[in-house]
Amino acid sequence: MEVVANKCQCEALRAKDPRYKKLADIIAKYAGREGALIPVLHEAQEVFGHLPPEIQMLVAEGLDVPLSEIDGVITFYSLFTAEPQGKYKIGVCLGTACYVKGAGDVLDELKERLQIDVNKTSADGLFTLEVTRCVGACGLAPVVSVGDDVYGRLTPDDIPAILEKYIESEKNSNA
Amino acid sequence: MVTLTIDGQKVTVPANSTVLEAAEAAGIHIPTLCYLKDVSQTGSCRVCVVEIGGRLQAACVFPVHEGMVVETTTPLVRESRRVTVELLLSNHPQDCLTCLRNQNCELQRLTHELNIRDVRFQGVRTHVPKDDSSASIVRDPDKCILCRRCINVCSDIQGVDVLAARERGFETVVSPAWQAKLAQTACTNCGQCVLVCPVGALVEKDDTAKVWDKLGDPDIHVVVQTAPAVRVSLGEEFGMEPGTVVTGKMITALRRLGFDAVFDTDFSADLTIVEEANELLERLDEGTLPMITSCSPGWIKFIEHQYPELLDHLTSCKSPQQMFGALAKTYYPEKVGLDPAKIATISIMPCTAKKYEADRPEMRSSGYKDVDVVLTVRELARMIKEAGIDFSNLPEGEYDNPMGISTGAGVIFGATGGVMEAALRTAYEVVTEEALEKLEFLEVRGLEGIKEAEVDLQGTKLKVVVANGLGNARKLLEMIKRGEAEYHFIEIMACPGGCIGGGGQPIPTNADILKARMASIYDVDEAMVLRKSHENPSIKVLYEEFLGKPLGEKSHKLLHTPYVARSRFGALAGTISEPESEKEKVAAAKE
Repeated sequence: MEVVANKCQCEALRAKDPRYKKLADIIAKYAGREGALIPVLHEAQEVFGHLPPEIQMLVAEGLDVPLSEIDGVITFYSLFTAEPQGKYKIGVCLGTACYVKGAGDVLDELKERLQIDVNKTSADGLFTLEVTRCVGACGLAPVVSVGDDVYGRLTPDDIPAILEKYIESEKNSNA
Repeated sequence: MVTLTIDGQKVTVPANSTVLEAAEAAGIHIPTLCYLKDVSQTGSCRVCVVEIGGRLQAACVFPVHEGMVVETTTPLVRESRRVTVELLLSNHPQDCLTCLRNQNCELQRLTHELNIRDVRFQGVRTHVPKDDSSASIVRDPDKCILCRRCINVCSDIQGVDVLAARERGFETVVSPAWQAKLAQTACTNCGQCVLVCPVGALVEKDDTAKVWDKLGDPDIHVVVQTAPAVRVSLGEEFGMEPGTVVTGKMITALRRLGFDAVFDTDFSADLTIVEEANELLERLDEGTLPMITSCSPGWIKFIEHQYPELLDHLTSCKSPQQMFGALAKTYYPEKVGLDPAKIATISIMPCTAKKYEADRPEMRSSGYKDVDVVLTVRELARMIKEAGIDFSNLPEGEYDNPMGISTGAGVIFGATGGVMEAALRTAYEVVTEEALEKLEFLEVRGLEGIKEAEVDLQGTKLKVVVANGLGNARKLLEMIKRGEAEYHFIEIMACPGGCIGGGGQPIPTNADILKARMASIYDVDEAMVLRKSHENPSIKVLYEEFLGKPLGEKSHKLLHTPYVARSRFGALAGTISEPESEKEKVAAAKE
């Protein structure tokens, strides 16, 4: 059955979260301007980290832009994501040099260890797995970056230890 | 005017023409695929390329200029078109034999026209599951060629904006937001996307099997009603000229298919007018104005999603289809001595949205599903062909009594402005108690998007307006919202042209075909002896024998309905259960 939008309980919860106030300000800043959608989505993603359905609907209402168009823009540009992003972005270089040096196997190992596909985030919210074009470090092929760190000349066997390092440091910072 | 040369032929055309228009003026055929006059001019498919100054240009969007030289069949042009179509075919399921659009498919026609007998390319195919969630429309993205006509008609003409292109490159799919199913969205089921789809990616939900089942059951008395706009379009499915009036042949065909009683929705259109005109007069005394018509189920779903705050403006009258359904399982069986449980009501509609309307939970006031199955014009044509009936040579039949008796006012329901004109014919005589001299209200006729008129009911000035196409409906509703609409009565039909342009009509349906169907609707009206709904003798008897009086207790139970306020995001709104911050808290608590 169709459900009529029931915002009442959500409004109260949103009122407590300062990010929604920021979103309202962003929408107010651009509303009525031509080409407002992309800058609004850009700034909204900076505030929330990603653009989940709820945020897309708020933008649709705020700018009076169809939801289908917003979804079309978000899925068209790789810059936007509707998925939550992990704390660390893992970038597996699939440039030619890395690829011939076995980056594919390294990527498979990462997928297996993290139990996710490319462009997805691990269940613990720690890692988002991405592939990149040539990062310009062909001498170190195959190359994987994790956050700001770069690892070179990797084999699949190196992967568990690398991941463990971030998982450990996360545990320590929480403790 | 500018003069250019196409294939060695001089052509003079207006300066703002495209190369395609210039070629058409010169009688030179350029094949097209994504292009659709009045709907889509995106230049995206590249089938219409021509050679201009050694370069390939898309004729459908390229503007003409003085002295331009255009070549339409050079080797470069022919090879380019061929590669384009072969690439489309390499990612297209080639199941033409069983496709609903077989023999009426623009890709199939183009492949044949370009003499393509072999597809040189093979590769990965995109696969997105079929969406048959809607009561009215089936989406099969695997057949989609990404021409974007449906997106354009849904947003630019209807202003519904359900469809868009998502993802990019090879992954591109035309879909509702988030790959949602159509039934979850604010889709109005108008079916304009089905009318413009060049292939079988968007089609009506085929319900012919359900009707064959009812016809094959000897215990069931199968009643059929035919909408006003069907009689002027069904012939096109059998190769007749657009606008050919086939009322008599259609009735005979329905009898031969095995329907036990062949009735006319025009009868219940007359009934709608009597109820609605009386409601309008009541509201003029005291009530929400302007009052807006409710015959078009695409329009109803549109206002429920987009302007739920304005629902009080809708007349509470059901559409003629549903009034008929309610009576077919109450009044009719009582009159002829049948068990209503053994009656099936089938309707033949120019409309895909009528399928959804018949399924609405409110539409069971007889105690049964008032209308069991709705068929579009295209589906009825398929049944007639399947039965091997030679439609063109059928003798003329007549509708059965009592629900086959109607007036000219009923038949004009099929065109934009027709409900208004029919209502005015009755309202005038009810208010003034005098005979209306001139029955035609020409101001509300024609294909213009919004048409205004003022009618003098001998002292009472009635301001009315008519809109067709949901984009035009939105303009009127925005006026009402701003308090600028000083009208008493508004007619809105979801489809451009009204029901003659409905989503269930033969394909193609375009402006020229609409004009032909519209002219025929008014011809049928003019040829009728009775042309005012309140003079329909069957309706008079219906009130005497069964209903009592207009807007009476029985009318309210059977012929009127409430409406449902819905979200502009459809059921998708309900999928957002809690704000982001809450989800994060829940996730944190789990850890």
